[in-house]
Amino acid sequence: MDTVISMRGATATLGSRPVLRGVDLTVRRGEVVALLGANGSGKSTAIRAVVGQVPLTSGGLELFGTPLNRFRDWARIGYVPQRTTAASGVPATVREVVSAGRLARTKLGLPRKADRRAVEHALELVGMADRAADPVEALSGGQHQRVLIARALSVEPELLIMDEPMAGVDLASQEVLAGTLREQVSLGTTVLLVLHELGPLEPLIDRAVVLRDGCVVHDGPPPKAQGQHALPGHDHVHPHAGHAAEPIRTGLF
Amino acid sequence: MELFSYAFMQRALIAAVLVGITAPAIGIYLVQRRQSLMGDGIGHVALTGVGLGFLLSANPVWMATAVAVAGAVVMELIRWYGRTRGDIALAMLFYGGMAAGVLFTSLAPNGSNANLLTYLFGSITTVSPQDITAICLLAGFVVLVTVGLRRQLFAVSQDEEFAQVTGLPVRLLNLLVAVTAAVTVTVAMRVVGLLLVSALMVIPVAASQQIARSFATAFALSVVIGVVVAFSGTVTSYYADVPSGATIVLLAIGVFVTLTLLAAPLAKKRARRAAGDGTRCTLEVPAARPTEDDVRV
Ligand SMILES: Nc1ncnc2c1ncn2[C@@H]1O[C@H](COP(=O)(O)OP(=O)(O)OP(=O)(O)O)[C@@H](O)[C@H]1O
Ligand SMILES: [Mg+2]
Repeated sequence: MDTVISMRGATATLGSRPVLRGVDLTVRRGEVVALLGANGSGKSTAIRAVVGQVPLTSGGLELFGTPLNRFRDWARIGYVPQRTTAASGVPATVREVVSAGRLARTKLGLPRKADRRAVEHALELVGMADRAADPVEALSGGQHQRVLIARALSVEPELLIMDEPMAGVDLASQEVLAGTLREQVSLGTTVLLVLHELGPLEPLIDRAVVLRDGCVVHDGPPPKAQGQHALPGHDHVHPHAGHAAEPIRTGLF
Repeated sequence: MELFSYAFMQRALIAAVLVGITAPAIGIYLVQRRQSLMGDGIGHVALTGVGLGFLLSANPVWMATAVAVAGAVVMELIRWYGRTRGDIALAMLFYGGMAAGVLFTSLAPNGSNANLLTYLFGSITTVSPQDITAICLLAGFVVLVTVGLRRQLFAVSQDEEFAQVTGLPVRLLNLLVAVTAAVTVTVAMRVVGLLLVSALMVIPVAASQQIARSFATAFALSVVIGVVVAFSGTVTSYYADVPSGATIVLLAIGVFVTLTLLAAPLAKKRARRAAGDGTRCTLEVPAARPTEDDVRV
């Protein structure tokens, strides 16, 4: 199998803080890899390093077998950043935002019919086609998240990189998105995604990589206990008061 | 309409319309990326160019363009590399630019601060034929960039990190926005003046935001507002014998206030239309308590 993402011994600092301390992360073609870990463990930083947004202070990174500094084939990647709530005030519709993703293919050229179709298709995949003309400011958090996923899907990527795509998405929509993702995966798409709960995605995940304080502490089958937490109706209020401040997951490893 | 028969008024109106188009066209991207005051900074820097123009007896519009573009490029580089001390560096650039402009002007053989004032606050009726040529060429460039690359500039201004991951030449596009803003400043300099340039970049955009729901509408509406206030402001300044720049800016603020007041009823009307069929979804709650308990009864 060929390797889509190969990150070896990656270290990165933000401010003066070491955030990644020798991360190895390999994703092979067709795999679905979940990146797990507590808040602040470096998941987003690792993801942003993979897409070239955080410079590595040491270590190596190859995308599709090409070292990052020579990688130009960005249209092969669909990226969903962790959602931020910053809004500039200038209005933009759902369709306008999703179309911005398609620029990975059109670059400085004009959009063609196939590009418009890809945008509409991406909107349908996340169930936002009926809101295409609405301004994004008028959406709920979960709907906004689905728009960002559509923006990545509009690229028709070989590799989807998503930072907490399910944050704030209700369970019903999570099921829809899981279905969408399953379809993409069956078509051969490779996926690297950050999750806090495996949720409806659990059956799709081939492998889980768990970060703690910028180090990989687990790389293998997805932890089973997570499935329990992710079951619908599972009560997240743990009775052990002493551990209340601890993220639930850290005890597992 | 006697005012259209004067050559100086024809030039003034052409310049006004071009400013009305270009200032909001680039301004919308500046607002989108939260750099609303960038135009103001470039305006300060451009004054050095005006001063140099007086000193070297060159056309101040072209000199201002050269200096403003250089200043905008420096600002963009500061934004890119010097995040931590960036605002101090920008302050140096702005006030240094202004001070140098005043100094150069006073050193110039025929320069006086009265000359400088026409650039600071605009003096549309003194626009020369050479100025008009320069303004037309520069405005053409601004329109080409802001309309031709609108999809790319929208993407870069909306989510820079994402745009980078799509493989767009983000640094180049950022630089292009900075340069285009600088060019717009010099287009607008003769009409509204360097101190009020930024107003025409920001206020029409702010006004259109009140009612527009898409970027495309906001863009078009800002340009329409820009043209209307620039044209009517110039005409007003002719008849009322008041400075054009100030008139234009106050008219723009008037439009902003009007649209802000209109926005609420408009949103209500939209909501009513959206709920068109009038179906409601009140859940029939079985009476849990005897009705006597209900205070409203
Ligand atoms: N811009 C920054 N400057 C300095 N430190 C940062 C910056 N961004 C993140 N950090 C630090 O880096 C560490 C890792 O952050 P990161 O965003 O990668 O965590 P995460 O695992 O994605 O967390 P979450 O689950 O909350 O999204 C945190 O300790 C955070 O404080
Ligand atoms: Mg994160």
